[in-house]
Amino acid sequence: MAQREIEVILTRQLASYLAMPIFIVDPAGALIFYNESAEGILGERFEETGEMPASEWATRYAPTDEAGAAIAPEKLPLMVALDEHRLAHGELWLRGRDNVRRHIEASAFPLIGQADRFLGAVVIFWEIAS
Amino acid sequence: MMRVTLWGTRGSLATPGAETARYGGNTSCVEVRGADGTVLILDAGTGIRRLAASLPPSLRRVDVLLTHLHMDHIQGLGFFPPLYDPEIEVHVWGPASTTLGLRARLMRYLSPPLFPVNLRDLPCRLTLHEVPCGDFDLGMFRVSSALVCHPGPTVGYRIAAGGEVLSYLPDHEPALGVRRFPHEAEWTSGYALASGVDLLLHDAQYDHHEYPERVGWGHSAFEHAFAFAALAEVKRFVPIHHDPAHDDHEIDRLIAEAVSTINPPFAVIPGTEGAVFEVGPSAR
Repeated sequence: MAQREIEVILTRQLASYLAMPIFIVDPAGALIFYNESAEGILGERFEETGEMPASEWATRYAPTDEAGAAIAPEKLPLMVALDEHRLAHGELWLRGRDNVRRHIEASAFPLIGQADRFLGAVVIFWEIAS
Repeated sequence: MMRVTLWGTRGSLATPGAETARYGGNTSCVEVRGADGTVLILDAGTGIRRLAASLPPSLRRVDVLLTHLHMDHIQGLGFFPPLYDPEIEVHVWGPASTTLGLRARLMRYLSPPLFPVNLRDLPCRLTLHEVPCGDFDLGMFRVSSALVCHPGPTVGYRIAAGGEVLSYLPDHEPALGVRRFPHEAEWTSGYALASGVDLLLHDAQYDHHEYPERVGWGHSAFEHAFAFAALAEVKRFVPIHHDPAHDDHEIDRLIAEAVSTINPPFAVIPGTEGAVFEVGPSAR
């Protein structure tokens, strides 16, 4: 069995201890973990969803702008961080699997390990009180 | 076939004295010698001084593989005679940090005021290599390195000769980064380095009462080290990096207690200074 890079292992560990919603993807964009705080916003537990490719998670929570227009996957902060290896921030609306639409802010960053190895990306998101 | 000799098994601080004479007081240093004469030295703790005295006079190249640059793993480097011999080629392998190369990091120790001789003034033919850098060959050995869970850039090594494999993880806290230790190999630090090896030399610094107060310090409780060895399905396990506060009797007790409680599916051999292991078909 292959083993994850240590930086990814420790990032997941940190996320699992933090109370901020955090979502982690691998270099190909596949979801590898989100924490309990993120479960509250996404409306489902990670244990239920498991890992999934970017093509799935990028549309699974129906991201839209304020007017309700769909946001293209490549415009999502996490995808920008992943594709362009830079910080990205955005405001968007998600519809969780509990069918609740939530207004969030998201800050994403690429995960760069020792020796500049690109290891994926992380997004931290925050629900904005209406 | 490789011959593995433990020259330093103590963690953190050299601990000489009658009460530690059997497990040894010298800090991390292991010699791996191949049938072709290749000599690898794993870490340069204080054990390297005695190791050097055992090297054949005909030796012209030696490779020192550092797991990291904490003092207990490099303190013996300045007292390693091949560094002062212009006829010897010394290769030092070790991790860089995110901002400093291996040379700059080593110079923090090998320069005044901590040490009287500058790294650049060493007369040997010295070459530094930064790891991890993928697999590489040293004589008859294929060496793999990977970053592992320990504060600061730290690697473990997997050393193969033919079908025989040794794994060296002296400073390692595999239980830290995984939610259901020891049940998720994919998420367990060091797993790929240790998987299926013939001989695992692994950190076992704390007992289970000490560990909760030292989580995150980068070392293993005995039970975690045993669990890691079981997860990796190793054949022989040698606990090393003994805590300076543990005397010979205490380490005996900890090993006996772990073996009795866990009933491990692999052989457990106490990591005593001077112990020699053959890794090869005849050792199976």
